Amino acid sequence: MAKIKVTLISGRTISQGTSKEHGKTSQEYYENVATCEIDPEDLKTLGIKGGENVKVSTEHGTVTVKAIESKRGPHPKIIYMPYGPWVNTIVNPATHGTGMPSYKGIPAEIEPATSTERVLSLQELLEQTFRKQPPNAHN
Amino acid sequence: MPTIKNVTCPVCGTFCDDIELTIKNNKITDVKNACAMGEAKFLGYADTHHRNTKPQIRKNGELVETTWNEAIKKAAQILAEAKYPLLYGWSSTSCEAIRFGVELAEETGGVIDNTSSVCHGPSILSIQDQGISTCTLGQIRHRADLIVYWGSDPYSAHPRHLERYTAFTDGRFEPSEWRRYVSRLRGVISEKKLARASKLVLMEEASIPPITGHQIPPMLEMEEERKLIVIDVRRTRSAEFADYFIQVEPNKDYELLQAMRMLVKNEELEVDQVAGVPVDVLEKVVDVMINCKFGIFFFGVGLTMSVGKHRNIDAALALTIDLNFRTKFVIMPMRGHFNVTGANTVFLWQTGYPFAIDFSQGYPKYNPGETSTVDILARDESDAALVIASDPVANFPKNAAQNLVKNPLIVIDPEKSATALMADVVLPSAFVGIEAEGTAYRMDSVPLPLKKVVKPSRNCLSDEKILQRILKEVRRLKKAAKET
Repeated sequence: MAKIKVTLISGRTISQGTSKEHGKTSQEYYENVATCEIDPEDLKTLGIKGGENVKVSTEHGTVTVKAIESKRGPHPKIIYMPYGPWVNTIVNPATHGTGMPSYKGIPAEIEPATSTERVLSLQELLEQTFRKQPPNAHN
Repeated sequence: MPTIKNVTCPVCGTFCDDIELTIKNNKITDVKNACAMGEAKFLGYADTHHRNTKPQIRKNGELVETTWNEAIKKAAQILAEAKYPLLYGWSSTSCEAIRFGVELAEETGGVIDNTSSVCHGPSILSIQDQGISTCTLGQIRHRADLIVYWGSDPYSAHPRHLERYTAFTDGRFEPSEWRRYVSRLRGVISEKKLARASKLVLMEEASIPPITGHQIPPMLEMEEERKLIVIDVRRTRSAEFADYFIQVEPNKDYELLQAMRMLVKNEELEVDQVAGVPVDVLEKVVDVMINCKFGIFFFGVGLTMSVGKHRNIDAALALTIDLNFRTKFVIMPMRGHFNVTGANTVFLWQTGYPFAIDFSQGYPKYNPGETSTVDILARDESDAALVIASDPVANFPKNAAQNLVKNPLIVIDPEKSATALMADVVLPSAFVGIEAEGTAYRMDSVPLPLKKVVKPSRNCLSDEKILQRILKEVRRLKKAAKET
């Protein structure tokens, strides 16, 4: 299956900013934050369309999110993920003595997700990462 | 229906102070002047689906509701028994609450750190090394004729920044460039329409020219116009408002900044391009900077979170210093949370340091990299934590968040954040700036009041009140422990 080496940038998007005000357990937050903006050319190489799932891996972890065709292109080989719990499972924790982890410019690899790899909800992601039970919030 | 004017917006560092709210039966029913984020907060704050409505304690692995007294006792017990607790967050609460936080850190011998640790912490390190030539946003609004956003997307993170303080505001001496943007946009729309029409007629794909390429638009070289330049790794929404957009390769801002410094000093670059930007383009852009009357760099976390971190800021501050030999230039970090500047300010006046302060020796010690939250968590040194007004479980790298969650965790937050869902004690607070009053500092260090416009629910207390109660209980427990 096609794999592409890319540079991962995480950052703010306006939809992430507004949907966090609707609550981090809300459906809006899940739909706007568990995503990855990919250049249209890279999507073609992967053989997938916007809206399908994509697996993003760095040396720090792997996460499955929804691929979105980037309207901010052309930026081939650069992928953009909104700040949030999904991208933070794979960012580089090294602070190089400054206190600041590397949230941007991380070497990564993307590939189409298989049919069994789905985008976890916030509750599922928390349970999987922390092995601690989150209360039942609305979703 | 009563309308409250001049309300400050408790969302981002732009900290707009012209919001108008209509209140009916203790509920906000209408919001004027706010951006999408501000409006979402003012209209959605009361939704109990995402609010912490009652104090909770984790028992047998599950969060269960409890009384305030029990929750405060449990929180104080965790902090009093901890050897090295972490008190983290602070950027979305009032200065009045932060003050009690510092007292609590001193009392418990822990570490107090705010979110600038993972935001503009590197900027602070660099400012402490280099100094900063800066000003207030009012000066920019009225006088700046060149605005540069570097590694910052105000459209997404500070939506009204452009309209209130920079390119799209009518200042006393500098007019808004809104009309020019609209006419440029009309041009682009006509080009797109033409392309579509020709596609229909000629039955072939017509290419739409990009808004800006590497070609310098003629207006950039005109002297009498206010100009907007955006420098970023991708064409952000803010870049589309700009008169000129420079696309820098990821992790190469340092090279670009240093190349610009050489050009400002009239030195020659013996390469064709730097960080993906042709040198002849760079020369023209630097000319525009030198020839402006009053320029400003607004830099975002695009610089602090990429390779180089505080060294990128060193270069940006040094470029500003160099430009001041040729014209007047200032620089300002685009601070994220509405009171992150206040958190730095209160920490600074109380302890002498702006973030990452360790009280374990009995006196404030500051050594980011050692005493900063992510490093402490990565080394798994803390044994408990109090998180207030922030969401580190959602925003920290995985290993740091895991070590935060595995130890006793107290959360003071109005909302069911990811951190609150993982907490052992949840203390529901009132939204400061909506349900509680206080003071916050705008990104340019101007203090403004946070208004209480509606009454909070009976089960929510202000951050200030909650911290006072925990502090009192911690002191009681420590005194009792000494006496026995």
